[in-house]
This record gives sequence, C-alpha cells and structure tokens, in this order.
Amino acid sequence: MSRPEDTLPPDLFYNDTESRKYTTSSRIRSIQSSMTHRALELLALTSPSMILDVGCGSGLSGEILSQTPGDGTPGGPHVWIGFDISASMLGVALEKDVEGDLLLADAGQGVPFRPGTFDAAVSISAVQWLCQAESSEEWDTPAARLSRFFNGLYASLRRGGRAVCQFYPKNDTQKKMVSQAAIKAGFGAGLLEDDEGTKNAKTYLVLTVGGGELDGDITGVVRGMDGVDVEDVRRRARGVKRGEEKKGSRGWILQKKEQMERQGKVVKATSKYTGRKRRIQF
Amino acid sequence: MKLLTLNFLTCAIKTCKTNPASFPLHPRNAELEIQEADINLPFLKNILPRLMWEEIRTIARELGLPDLPSTPPTPTDLSISTSSTAPSNPDTSLDTDEPSEAPAGEETPSQTALDLHRLLLETCIQEGILVCGSCGHEYAVKEGVANFLLPGHLV
Ligand SMILES: C[S@@+](CC[C@H](N)C(=O)[O-])C[C@H]1O[C@@H](n2cnc3c(N)ncnc32)[C@H](O)[C@@H]1O
Ligand SMILES: [Zn+2]
Repeated sequence: MSRPEDTLPPDLFYNDTESRKYTTSSRIRSIQSSMTHRALELLALTSPSMILDVGCGSGLSGEILSQTPGDGTPGGPHVWIGFDISASMLGVALEKDVEGDLLLADAGQGVPFRPGTFDAAVSISAVQWLCQAESSEEWDTPAARLSRFFNGLYASLRRGGRAVCQFYPKNDTQKKMVSQAAIKAGFGAGLLEDDEGTKNAKTYLVLTVGGGELDGDITGVVRGMDGVDVEDVRRRARGVKRGEEKKGSRGWILQKKEQMERQGKVVKATSKYTGRKRRIQF
Repeated sequence: MKLLTLNFLTCAIKTCKTNPASFPLHPRNAELEIQEADINLPFLKNILPRLMWEEIRTIARELGLPDLPSTPPTPTDLSISTSSTAPSNPDTSLDTDEPSEAPAGEETPSQTALDLHRLLLETCIQEGILVCGSCGHEYAVKEGVANFLLPGHLV
C-alpha cells in the first residue's frame, strides 16, 4: 500500500478534494474514531480538560473530545484547540461547525502556546508526516522538525500532563527516530502496539511530563490494560542495576547505549538518518 | 477564535518566545462574534488558575469590551453551591434512587461563571490580525482561523 506522505507534502496532498473524500469516507471515520477513543483511554482524563489536537484535520477527533462521558468520552466534554497544516482540512472542520478552535500551523515549526497551557494532547495519524525528507531547506529536516515539535509540545503541556500520538511509522528506524525525539525533549515515553504484526497494526506513542499529581511513569499509564503490548523504551535499561555489567563487555556497551538513548542521544543504529554533527557526551 | 485561546497563544517565532512582550498577541481590526456554547463549569474551574488575568483585561480593553474587575474570580465565585446544603441534610442522599448518578455537589454556575463563559468561550475573533508586541509579526485571522505558518527564514 502506498504511503500518502511519500507522494506529496501534507498541505498539497490534503487539498479540497482529498480533504472532503477523507472526511466523508465511513471507513476512515470509523478507524479514526476508534483510535481517538483508544488515545483517550490512555490519557485517562477524569474531568473536563484543555486539550491540544495536533494535525487535527477536519476535526474527526475533536468531535469526540467535545462529547460527554455518557457518549464515551472519559472526563468530557473537553475544550480543545486543533491545528493543522492543511487549510482545506480546516475548511471541512469549519463546515462541520466543530466546537474547538482551529489554527493553521505546521507542527514542524513548533507549538505556539505559552508554557503549561494544556492538560493533554492528542495527535491521530499525523506525526509520520514530520519524517518526510522532501524539503531542501536546511531548517526543514525531519530531525529538526521532530525536535521543534516535541520541544514545543513538552513546553505547552502542564506538569503531570500527557500526550498520545498515534502514528504510522514507516519502519523501526522511523519509530525509533520519533520516540527518541520525544525523549530528548524531556518526555517519559512508551510505545504501545495494538494488533502488532498485522496489517491493522497501530502504534501509539504515550508521553508523560513529570511533576504534578498524575503518575508520570509511562508503565503506570498502561498498567492493567487489556490487550496491550507495551514496549517501554526505557524499561530494559531500568531493569539492569547500574554497574552490574563488567566494563567493556557486550552487556556493558548495550547498557551504555541504552542509557544514551534514554537521554535522547543519537546512537549508531539511528545515526544514518540524522546527517548532523554529533556531540558525544558521557 | 475564542478569547480563551488568545490567552494562551504566543508569537511562534523562536527568538520572540523568551521576550515577555510576545504574549499576549494584540488583536487589530478585529470583528467579534458571539458563538453560543454550553457552559462547562468544571472546565472553567480547571482553567481558572491558568488564566493570565491582567492580559485578559488588556485584550478586553483593546477590543473595546466593558472593563473587567482588576482581580480574577476565585473558584468559589463560580458556583452557587448546592453542595453546601448537602452535609446538613445527609438523609437526602440515602433516599435517592441512584446515589451513584448524583454525586454530592451538583453545582449551579453563578453569574460570574456565566460572564466568564460568555467572555472566554463565546466571544470569538472572526476576522482581523494578531500582532506580536515584541517583533511586530502579524498573524491573520480569517473565518475565525488564525494563520501561524511562518516563512522559512523565521523558523
Ligand atoms: C491522516 S490525516 C489525520 C487527521 C485527523 N487527525 C484525523 O484523525 O482525522 C493527517 C493530518 O495531518 C496533517 N499534517 C501533516 N503534516 C502536518 C504538520 N507538519 N503540521 C500540522 N499538521 C500536519 C495533515 O494536513 C492531515 O490533516
Ligand atoms: Zn514575535
């Protein structure tokens, strides 16, 4: 199956025709809706919150955020602000009279809100678009975009806040590139895979901001959930006691590598996508 | 765009973010519209401590809206609490058919809450521009949607 982000930049791909087609397809509506509900389950909100929807498109998720717990939205109705790079998508959202506010903005340029604005953020099927390398501009590399996005997202969330980004990674390298960028921005991160290995596989990057009253540990977010296969990008390293491995051994190197990865440093496996100067820090 | 949103948006230009004058953005030539919405008292209580009240007053003044009080409302100002009668009346909760459906403290919004709701969630900027007080960059608002896309050299 071809990936739309391999064909055109998002603002051109989601033109008027495609945006309308996307929004009226009952298949797409039902998939996006179930992923939004999954994301809400992971956010575990208990009262009406201020939510950011990144790459909100025509507001399919937003409509769900505006609903009450009785309609299946935990903690709702929430107040949300969505932004998207496609004016056509936002146009469709306007026609539908969604309740949230809409902005035309590029997640790869940052998140233009003051610190601590949001209780939570969702992003459904959008983040993979940041990984495209179509631009020749120096400021517009995937690494630079991901870094601006996650740094901005981190700052715009309140302490103890959470974000869930469902995205379609092209491969493991891309999955890693995205999670490492989030971790580097300061998030606690976990990857959750639904229907792993099938063609319906769904990847959720679950992000927590430390501090505040919420459980900032990602393993707490998914603890006790059914059918969840958690791949905590920090867990393996945490399981090993510091200094347990003999210096220089394979185990020691792997442990070091994982420590570095946890701190968001670029290690070998991911370096070929980054073409930028590396700063090694021990 | 709701005035609530304007109380959280900053200039998108990186070099501006550290300058306090990049918040709030100042509306110019703004056309306002009231878009009615259901009041959400728990949300108002949640967001209240996060509001920058002085900046809301500034924006209201710039938009030609009536003067706002110099101090923000407190959470207790927002509801006419019926829960205050509940503790003195413990029998009523036992009498209800579905006690789990009606947690104590079903609250009625006060006039202050209704006013705050009208100001922040129903008063919308439909057309105009938002100007950064630090760099002067202008963000256009059309049909209530603000354009925050930056030209490459400003990213
Ligand atoms: C598959 S659609 C999903 C839309 C919506 N989240 C949903 O679930 O229906 C992907 C969306 O991401 C948006 N997008 C892609 N790159 C973006 C970027 N850099 N900044 C903001 N939005 C972006 C696209 O314009 C498109 O609306
Ligand atoms: Zn500025």
